[in-house]
Amino acid sequence: MKRYTQTASLLSLLCMGLGQLYNRQFKKGIVFLAAHAAGLLYAIRYVPGALKGLVTLGEESSRIELVGKIYRHIPGDHSIYLMIEGLIVLLLAAVYVFIYWLNVKDAQHVERMRASGLVPRTFRQDVRALLDHKFAYLMLILPGIGILVFTVMPIIFMILLAFTNYSAPDHIPPAKLVDWAGFQSFVDLLQLKTWSNTFYGILGWTIVWAVLSTVTTYFGGIFVALLIQKRGIRLKTVWRTILILPYAIPQIISLLVMRNLFNGQFGPVNQYLSYFGLGKLPWLTDPLWAKATVITVNMWIGMPLTMVLMIGVLSTIPKELYEAAEVDGASRMRQFRFITLPMILFSTAPILIIQFAGNFNNFNVIYLMTNGNPVQPDYQYAGSTDLLVTWLYKLTLETNNFNTASAIGIIIFIIVAGLSVGSYRRSRSFREEDMIQ
Amino acid sequence: MNGGYKSKRSWTNVICYAILVILSIGTLYPVLWVVLSSFREGSSLYSPTPLPKASTLAHYRELFDSRSLLFTRWYWNTLKISVVSMILGTFLTTLVAYVFSRFRFYGRRASMSVLLSLSMFPGFMSMIAIYILLLQLKLLDTHLALILVYSAGAPIFGTFVSKGFLDTIPRSIDESARIDGASHFRVFVSINLPLARPMLTYLALTNFVGAWVDFIFARLILRSKEQWTVAVGLWDMVSSYQSSNFTLFSAGAVLVAIPITVLFLYLQRYMVGGLTAGASKG
Repeated sequence: MKRYTQTASLLSLLCMGLGQLYNRQFKKGIVFLAAHAAGLLYAIRYVPGALKGLVTLGEESSRIELVGKIYRHIPGDHSIYLMIEGLIVLLLAAVYVFIYWLNVKDAQHVERMRASGLVPRTFRQDVRALLDHKFAYLMLILPGIGILVFTVMPIIFMILLAFTNYSAPDHIPPAKLVDWAGFQSFVDLLQLKTWSNTFYGILGWTIVWAVLSTVTTYFGGIFVALLIQKRGIRLKTVWRTILILPYAIPQIISLLVMRNLFNGQFGPVNQYLSYFGLGKLPWLTDPLWAKATVITVNMWIGMPLTMVLMIGVLSTIPKELYEAAEVDGASRMRQFRFITLPMILFSTAPILIIQFAGNFNNFNVIYLMTNGNPVQPDYQYAGSTDLLVTWLYKLTLETNNFNTASAIGIIIFIIVAGLSVGSYRRSRSFREEDMIQ
Repeated sequence: MNGGYKSKRSWTNVICYAILVILSIGTLYPVLWVVLSSFREGSSLYSPTPLPKASTLAHYRELFDSRSLLFTRWYWNTLKISVVSMILGTFLTTLVAYVFSRFRFYGRRASMSVLLSLSMFPGFMSMIAIYILLLQLKLLDTHLALILVYSAGAPIFGTFVSKGFLDTIPRSIDESARIDGASHFRVFVSINLPLARPMLTYLALTNFVGAWVDFIFARLILRSKEQWTVAVGLWDMVSSYQSSNFTLFSAGAVLVAIPITVLFLYLQRYMVGGLTAGASKG
């Protein structure tokens, strides 16, 4: 029997695969050795450049220089490409380090087995074990790559952007370089008069909007559900089918239609008002009216979902509760107050929080309905109905203030995540998941 | 019970019916209005009478015949993108949800929390990075790019709801199959997937509709008019012509909304079932 030393682990730490060879697992050793060679080659070729690019974000911007007798355009460093490339290289390096760690672990494990006299698995057995015990990891590889490339990396990139000065007009590559700027964009956003004025204004409206739109759709939905489910009301299916319609129509369609419906000049709503001899109302052009309009339209769009959920919840409340209450002489109002309402609130509280988070980021309703307008001259690139998200969108796509936009994104994330994590964790599918099994 | 009580009750019922009728009118009016507008003659938003005097199918014909509008092309693009991202997105989401529901492995809790926090970033926070990434990969303005973005993003939003559903399928079924010698893959394909059909329907539907109506990424990625989807096309019609070409927009809107609306109404039960089965159980 061999004595257990750390030799295999140490060898593996030195170079991937050596430990496996020492353990006399040749096939596995060769696979790891090849991985080591490839990784090393890659690291030497790309990592230093990528790191340098990530730290300096480029040293020379593109310029026009006199070469010989003619002026030539010399392409410089493109800070943003350098940043993305650096990020990709670093992510790959992290994957490599992870494989390295697995390799050391494996060498250690096998040596320990051999030391205690067990026969380590052959290469084929290893592959089979991968399909069996590690099936979960295998299944996660494909979605994992997708999420890594199209979500995680972009988010890291955007977080990094918040700490640069990447914004129009002075720092847009390739003509100009972008530099790291620390917390400057956050400081500007919160303290610099031009930005902070807009920021606090929009933040205030976003919160008001999120609260009002959630409360109106939630209680509106409960109200409609109670009406339909009320004893003595006939044609329940008909009412339900009619009232669920807005939920079924794609939002983009209904919002664009609503935008025309409330058109101040030609829209039918104002047309009817003038039929009845009333004046036209500035539905979308006056700041306060526009806010009221978007909340109303949002009710039209959002109530049906709550309604359907509530009808579901109402049908689960045991009838005996009401019968018992009736025997005890409780009035309808009291029955509602002490049976229906607590039951509803209890089972839909998490939805309330999810809806709040959703409304906080309700891009569609605002952008498609009002485009953030009417214009607010005091604001920096924003209108009176703009939410933080639509402002972020405008700053990114229309005015190219990428650093400020990213800072706003981070702030939104902190607010929404703070709210939602708690509620998700408390929800059953996360906490009590093993109870049903 | 005495008569007074009864008449009081019928009065409240009358009020309830009245409210329901008003709500129904409010709900149906915009829908009817846009449908009627699509049959109205002329092109402006303004209509002198509430009901159109003469109806015409000209706008629908124009949508399909017009050379400058490309509506047929957009429709086809959208259908293609939606179907492919539905299949891919449902597949990826099911994989992730299944793993989280069925396996207990090292790093499971951590990866679930990561997934949860990812879903809280506003989707387009990653827009610029995705834009530059696709530019580098030379995928900008292609449908493949849009499909990749949609299906890679699908697990982030669908996983928890689907996991909630899969959790309700007893694990003892899998275990007995495993004892009988079925591989993990087989248990997944021949036992769990058939049982999870309502969940698959829900996922397929949300992914299909998501791609069908998405505006944000479609507008970012698809640059040339020939590549557009209907969402971008309709938005462009409203924002560039505003009130001058409204009837044409209405016809387009009706055509885009019909398949989705019918699907939704038909699969309503699944939708709500899917929603309540997941994160929302209190």
